[in-house]
Amino acid sequence: MSLDSTDIDKLCELARLAIPADEVADVSAKLSDIVALVDQLKAADTAEVEPMAHPLDRSQRLRVDSATEDVDRELYQDNAPAVERGLYLVPKVID
Amino acid sequence: MHDKTLALTARALQAGEISSVELTNRCLERIRRFDESLNAFITVTGDRALEQAAAADRRIAAGDATALTGIPIAHKDIFCTAGIRTSCGSRMLDNFISPYDATVVERLSRAGAVMLGKTNMDEFAMGSSNETSFYGAVHNPWDRDKVPGGSSGGSAAAVAARLVPAATGTDTGGSIRQPAALAGVTGLKPTYGRVSRYGMVAFASSLDQAGTLTQTAEDAALLLEAMAGCDSRDSTSLDEPVPDYSRAIGEPLEGLTIGVPENFFDDGLDAGNAAALTEALGELERLGAKLKSIRLDNVHLSVPAYYVVAPAEASSNLSRFDGVRYGYRSPEAMAGDLNAFYRRNRGEGFGAEVKRRILIGAWVLSTGYYDAYYLQAQKVRQLISGDFARAFEDVDIVAGPTTPTPAFGIGQKTGDPVQMYLNDIYTIGANLAGLPAMSVPCGFSGALPVGLQLIGPHLSEARLLQTAHHFQRETDWHARVPPGYGENP
Repeated sequence: MSLDSTDIDKLCELARLAIPADEVADVSAKLSDIVALVDQLKAADTAEVEPMAHPLDRSQRLRVDSATEDVDRELYQDNAPAVERGLYLVPKVID
Repeated sequence: MHDKTLALTARALQAGEISSVELTNRCLERIRRFDESLNAFITVTGDRALEQAAAADRRIAAGDATALTGIPIAHKDIFCTAGIRTSCGSRMLDNFISPYDATVVERLSRAGAVMLGKTNMDEFAMGSSNETSFYGAVHNPWDRDKVPGGSSGGSAAAVAARLVPAATGTDTGGSIRQPAALAGVTGLKPTYGRVSRYGMVAFASSLDQAGTLTQTAEDAALLLEAMAGCDSRDSTSLDEPVPDYSRAIGEPLEGLTIGVPENFFDDGLDAGNAAALTEALGELERLGAKLKSIRLDNVHLSVPAYYVVAPAEASSNLSRFDGVRYGYRSPEAMAGDLNAFYRRNRGEGFGAEVKRRILIGAWVLSTGYYDAYYLQAQKVRQLISGDFARAFEDVDIVAGPTTPTPAFGIGQKTGDPVQMYLNDIYTIGANLAGLPAMSVPCGFSGALPVGLQLIGPHLSEARLLQTAHHFQRETDWHARVPPGYGENP
């Protein structure tokens, strides 16, 4: 199976990615090659096989439900592209 | 001194033959002299390193040193370092100053290791050649027109060129072992969960594991002892005691049975690599190991399974990079609506390979494809894991090639992602099954190094390190220095 430009548009929407129009053909050709590679999985007989949940067959530990980390908002917001009065700035979302 | 192993350097430090400040200055001088031609470092933290070195010297004088106190090391730029840029090789994080240290960084720092800087890597660890870095390709010190392997290519090149005695790396599909093989150093990927992933920028969370790039297995043992162990901040880190690896490596090899997968030695393997590997397996036999031919029947499915599971997890993990709280924001981002804002930030902030993997991940997880691809890949993963489990009923470890060929040319495979992915054919199985694995220098194909891969059952790091250590006591492949990098400083 191969992916055409409509598929790429849909995936870019799902993944919130912009790809310039002149790169779409190359992206779709390369993704189609990758799909051809992963299509080899279809030949494997997995009728009786359980999907792997964890390589060591373990479950994750639970911890006590208590706050253990301090949040230093100013320190964290040092990395933010745009903040005002402790809030992150993004394009308007509510009219 | 610069070409000494970590273990020998530690002895010299403890004996007062050299100070950490002297040692650190020599490493920094070598980085200044050689790194322009290698591009192994993204950030060099000279001033901070000298402060840490002075503190280490005081600690040694006070008799309060560990084996790593005063040893200069470098961290792959995927590990968060408080107050220092952590770029992950991406434009997306070019301006990101981590507010905290990764557990690996914190533990090595607590042991007294001196951080020289952050090493170059494929963007978000996605690559097998270190060519996808936003900061440019890393050059292989054995031949600067060749790749050093990836994604921990900067760490491998820095250790190979003796800029630093040891470096950290991460391995999701071979990213420690493959560059270790192509650059002629010793690389260890521990069992999934052996080392905490806290503060290690996530690529594929069910596969990622931190490890080491060193000259020798003895050095890897010293580092792993300090890095490994349960961490309350990583719920997938294993709650298992950390063995005394340095002691274990000296134990005799007698009685060791090594499985050699016959289907790893097929037409896809370079003739020079095959010859070096055959010689290395003979050496292990002379050391007392018994070789046994085995088959890993589903190994040909490891690359396809990986390129479903890893991109699926990556598309989810990388959704956090949106240009709101940190990371790249397009100059035009505020012009459109919120959707366009995300798409611009991510479209401009990520490179081509990262975008491909995010899109493939979104595709295999999307309605109508999930069962056929993602679920099927997780079942195939179980088959591959089962192959190894059956093999380990008869053999202690598995030995074979790390890579199909020696280092290839810079630019040679960048136009064809699938060809690039096939470099990882021998390494991916260990990640899918969560097994510990190493690459050990074992000879040359032409003028380029070849790696011998050792894979063991879960938590058998001591066994792997012991095998590699005995091999390195009888061979000197690991001690070869690339031409032009042998002189002082």
